[in-house]
Amino acid sequence: MEFPDGLKYSKEHEWVLVEDKAAIIGITEYAQHELGDIVYVELPEVGEKVVKDDPFAAVESVKAVSDVYAPVSGKVLEINDALPESPETINEDPYGDGWMIKVEMTDMDDLKDLMSAEEYAEYIEQQKGADEEEEEEEDEEEEDEKEKK
Amino acid sequence: MNAPATLQVQKLKRTPLYLVHRRLGAKLVEFAGWEMPVQYRGVIEEHLAVRGRAGLFDVSHMGEVEVRGRGALDLCQMLTANDLSRLQHGQAQYNLLLNEQGGIIDDVVIYPLEADHILICVNASNTDKDFDWIKKRSGGSAEVENTSSHYIQLALQGPLAEKILQRLTRLRLEVIKPFHFLFGEVGGIHSLVARTGYTGEDGFEIFCDPTQGQKLWGALMDAGSEHGLQPAGLGARDTLRLESAFPLYGHELDDSTTPLESRLEWVVKFSKGNFLGREDLLRQKQQGVQRKLVGLEMSEPGIARSHYPILKQGERLGDVTSGTKSPTLGRAIALGYVRAEHAAVGNSVEVEIRDRRVGARIVPLPFYRRQPVEVKAKGGE
Repeated sequence: MEFPDGLKYSKEHEWVLVEDKAAIIGITEYAQHELGDIVYVELPEVGEKVVKDDPFAAVESVKAVSDVYAPVSGKVLEINDALPESPETINEDPYGDGWMIKVEMTDMDDLKDLMSAEEYAEYIEQQKGADEEEEEEEDEEEEDEKEKK
Repeated sequence: MNAPATLQVQKLKRTPLYLVHRRLGAKLVEFAGWEMPVQYRGVIEEHLAVRGRAGLFDVSHMGEVEVRGRGALDLCQMLTANDLSRLQHGQAQYNLLLNEQGGIIDDVVIYPLEADHILICVNASNTDKDFDWIKKRSGGSAEVENTSSHYIQLALQGPLAEKILQRLTRLRLEVIKPFHFLFGEVGGIHSLVARTGYTGEDGFEIFCDPTQGQKLWGALMDAGSEHGLQPAGLGARDTLRLESAFPLYGHELDDSTTPLESRLEWVVKFSKGNFLGREDLLRQKQQGVQRKLVGLEMSEPGIARSHYPILKQGERLGDVTSGTKSPTLGRAIALGYVRAEHAAVGNSVEVEIRDRRVGARIVPLPFYRRQPVEVKAKGGE
């Protein structure tokens, strides 16, 4: 899974590309993979305020709705107009054409809470690792049981 | 929605195919106490595979309750709405277990295996409830057993299902009509083969001994490889059944919902004699229902989901019970209940989606109906 170096990452799986006081925001490769086929995106309007850790958008798979949380506070400068027509772009290119909004940050300190690519990759591994270890143990148990039979 | 985390200590049940799903890279989720594959390669891809070719589902989480003895038929007749006495040998029936008020305890498929032996296939989420309900009312002349652990069940669904399955069996599949079944060998495994399903496509549901589950799955996948057969998960199962407007227990149906409200009046055979819930249903039929299940299509951008309010000029008419973006039609569709006087097809309503009111229209059901077989055959593979 790819986590580009120049970006900052949140625990809720959003990425941020910082350009001076502006921040471009999207969801990570991991997030789009977990969601599955994205079929609908709801974005805020230009001029709206987004608040750090509050939902600012919704993405929907065929199965479910997920909130997208603002990694920083600010005012929406631009939205990705193409997404409502082709939401699958988020699956195909989460760090490029699948970007969601661009905001003017109100507090640059918000960025301090975000992770680097390396830290985020580690964070994902920890989360996945915990699950997989447990599952592998279980698998071995099951295989053992089968052999006994 | 889910039980609090502290209560989820009970280990999830797994079907004999659990490791097969893991190896195929399935995403596994909790469903009705089971750890089940929700998708392998993607819900939309699997959905379209079933509509266009074929998909294979592990539905071993479905429960089985068996009733045996000389009182078996009478007991089942008393506890269900449809008329089992009408069935021919080898015929199965969609049916409803009802409570005294005519509320739906479960929607089931009943397979009369022999004169004194009836198999009831029930929803995973209701297995214990159904078993207890039937057992309590069984009296002395019928024995009731929860045999859910005696079977695995695979659903092979799609226009190519017959072609694929025929490679593995000497049963003449073309003579099995919809909602009929036969016993026979599939890939050398003794099975019950039924022409039933929950996708709106042609297809089969195959029951066999759990120890043969992996073998049966493997044989079917091999036989289907050149026909584009794909494993399909519960995600696709849900979008497929929704397009076909098949109700899902816990969404469209529950203990306080009657068949007259939920478009299942066709199941209820008032003429068959007495059955539990009959009186209350007759009264409801005479007085008219308060609410009706309808199909909705969004006329503005947005996807209606379970529990979203349905409104008309600000007045609440009812709630959405299921909704998605239809992979076959490309439009947002939903099922939901509205007050009966607003249930007419063509009526414009609104669905409240995250504090926004989004336009929708009541449309005829089902949303999707498969092409007749003749037309499909001409289209070829």
